Amino acid sequence: MTQPALLTLAGVSKRYGKVQANKAIDLEVRSGSIHAVLGENGAGKSTLMKLIYGVERPDEGVIMWNGAPVAFNRPSDAQALGIGMVFQHFSLFETLNVVQNVSLMIPGRPQELAQKIKDLGEKFGLSVDPGAMVHTLSVGERQRVEIIRCLLLDPKLLILDEPTSVLPPQSVQLLFETLRKLQAAGTAILFISHKLEEIRALCDEATVLRGGAVTGRVDPRANDARALAQMMIGRDMPQVDAARANQPGDLRLQLKDLSHPRVSRFGTTLTDINLDLRAGQIVGIAGISGNGQQELAALISGETRAQAKDMVQIMGRGVGLLDAQQRRQLGFSFVPEERLGRGAIPEMSLADNSLLTAHRQDMLKGGFIKRQVERAFTRRCIEEFDVRTPGPDAEAGAMSGGNLQKFILGREIMLQPDVMLVSQPTWGVDIGAATAIRRRLIDMRAEGAAILVISEELEELFEICDSLHVLHEGHLSKPLVVSETTAEEVGAYMIGATV
Amino acid sequence: MSALEFLLAGTLAAALPLLLAALGEMVVEKTGLLNLGLEGMMAIGAAIAFICVYHTDAHSLGFLAAALVSAVLALIFAALVIVVQANQVAAGLAVGVLGLGLSALFGKSYESQTISGLEEIGLPVLSQIPVVGPTLLTQDIVVWLTLLGTVGLWYMLNKTKLGLIITAVGESAEAARAIGYPVGLIRTIAVAFGGAMCGLAGAYASTVYTPLWADGMIAGRGWIALALVVFGTWRTGRVVFGAILFGVLSLGELTAQAIGVAIPSQVLASLPYIVTILMLVAISRHQTRVG
Repeated sequence: MTQPALLTLAGVSKRYGKVQANKAIDLEVRSGSIHAVLGENGAGKSTLMKLIYGVERPDEGVIMWNGAPVAFNRPSDAQALGIGMVFQHFSLFETLNVVQNVSLMIPGRPQELAQKIKDLGEKFGLSVDPGAMVHTLSVGERQRVEIIRCLLLDPKLLILDEPTSVLPPQSVQLLFETLRKLQAAGTAILFISHKLEEIRALCDEATVLRGGAVTGRVDPRANDARALAQMMIGRDMPQVDAARANQPGDLRLQLKDLSHPRVSRFGTTLTDINLDLRAGQIVGIAGISGNGQQELAALISGETRAQAKDMVQIMGRGVGLLDAQQRRQLGFSFVPEERLGRGAIPEMSLADNSLLTAHRQDMLKGGFIKRQVERAFTRRCIEEFDVRTPGPDAEAGAMSGGNLQKFILGREIMLQPDVMLVSQPTWGVDIGAATAIRRRLIDMRAEGAAILVISEELEELFEICDSLHVLHEGHLSKPLVVSETTAEEVGAYMIGATV
Repeated sequence: MSALEFLLAGTLAAALPLLLAALGEMVVEKTGLLNLGLEGMMAIGAAIAFICVYHTDAHSLGFLAAALVSAVLALIFAALVIVVQANQVAAGLAVGVLGLGLSALFGKSYESQTISGLEEIGLPVLSQIPVVGPTLLTQDIVVWLTLLGTVGLWYMLNKTKLGLIITAVGESAEAARAIGYPVGLIRTIAVAFGGAMCGLAGAYASTVYTPLWADGMIAGRGWIALALVVFGTWRTGRVVFGAILFGVLSLGELTAQAIGVAIPSQVLASLPYIVTILMLVAISRHQTRVG
């Protein structure tokens, strides 16, 4: 090599308490290269990015920029050199609008910035309303704001943390085109992902991490997904046994001409939604976040009351006007998209979080909590669903996203629901755990449960669903039988190209 | 002087210490901290300002010294909370108690001494208007400067990048850190600003509003200011409204006594607090997005 790489890491280590998050990592990123950092959740990818971006400082090792050692004390040092980052857990401010969020990083008058945001959005298919308050945006829309904000900085090195997980296939292609354009202009890109096919399609170099250490340095184009997976998880790729379902049984959940006006200016109005979910079926709802998913989930779970009793029917009963608790009594359970705050209470122990929805499992006596039962239930959930935690007393907020999701999903499955709604089941969950979760859902179907899955991950829906609908701007498509449809057809519905 | 004229003339001055302290605390809370030491910071400011004015007869010097000393006291709070990461409530109370104690110590030999206040300035032309002119529109220089400063603060918080940064830090310190803002520094400056504002509030109370030193003269105004921030839902305009309302109420007690209304003074004295509770209930009923 004639000239030094843009970014070089030599022997970089980072330890948090007893956890060695990064062990002697060597990494070289050259200008004009799209470099993948591949690894499961907990493999040390996020820590590594924090070191590169100046959020944390390495305990050992050197970071070099154009061959010269640099020490970042804070992210602004990294930004000053031209490092931009799109975070996995977004660094957006919810009470501010999109333009204000952008203006915190990019100088300029609000009107100009709004125009730039619109231009970039059109150019790269990242459309977002510049005046929208961030707290009204879906997860997917927030990520678009993050990406736009970074691109506006015109970075020399762009770090993208799992950027494609929320995009429909067409937008992924658009994003890849964007990234290739940036690459052609000489920008280096660090692309963090666990989606092997994407990495093979996009990246020219890959560094594989497992357990905080580098386990492989390869050209992803020259390796197949299997080989990459093996480096990443240290064993063969787990397969979901997609044994096709039994004959669909009785109607468990029915949405009948469900319409609901939007609550806020940035919400979505749902129009004439019809859906049938039968016993022994998994039905998926695909679509980009912000097209009414949150509203629909709230209407089904009972957080929002429908306008008429029969718009939502569970087990043949009109439940549109019942609250969440009453719907659960009918055999319904719900795994929400937000784990902290809705799926679990961060400050409470796992045991107490079990109590929240599982209290009907003989956990109460005369209003007092039977701690033994509560703990036993929690322990069983931890064991059966492979939740990695010290025990039932661990605080929910201290767990990684994937682990907490396993716990919440486990808790709901243990209630043995007749109908279950699961929103974004594997968001931010590593491959091993995601596979386990999908396998669980399929097992439940085999046992006759009816499951509705709302997900932005199309591959996931294709893997587990019998049929799927696409939600676009508050309209739900007709059911598409998974074995007879294609990603392209679903993608067309996602962007409203098919009516 | 009629009761109405008395109210018109005195309300702004009565509201001023509350307003200054509450605006300072509002900025602190907007960055995500809570400093409960207002009472103490006002007290030390009041003592220092009184001593300065007593010896030099220069009010500007008194205000300056009060702002500085109270800011230093606030920086102790900042050091405890930001550097050592101590509990905010405990640190704030400790700093407050320290301020109260120091003010008593410094002020001991000045007990019951008096100084001259500030002359009142009428607005040109406007002060000729009958009734309102010589009362509401004739105030001392500090009132006029504070009103100007309040507009400036509103503009800063709502229309400038600095205001945006303060809001951002308060909403998510982690996110602000992630995109490269020095959160600790921003918070430290906000805390120092809050302290300085309390110092000014105390100085006004002891050298202009009642130019006399008595131990404990702040008399709970720090706590009322603290409540005003919540009452004003962290918005400048509402905090101003709240401060003026309390100004009226505190004078209403005196007015009622002066014109001999037969309401027990205890009832009147408790009015500000009752009103606080009622207003808080009203606000939380119509809560759109608070905090």
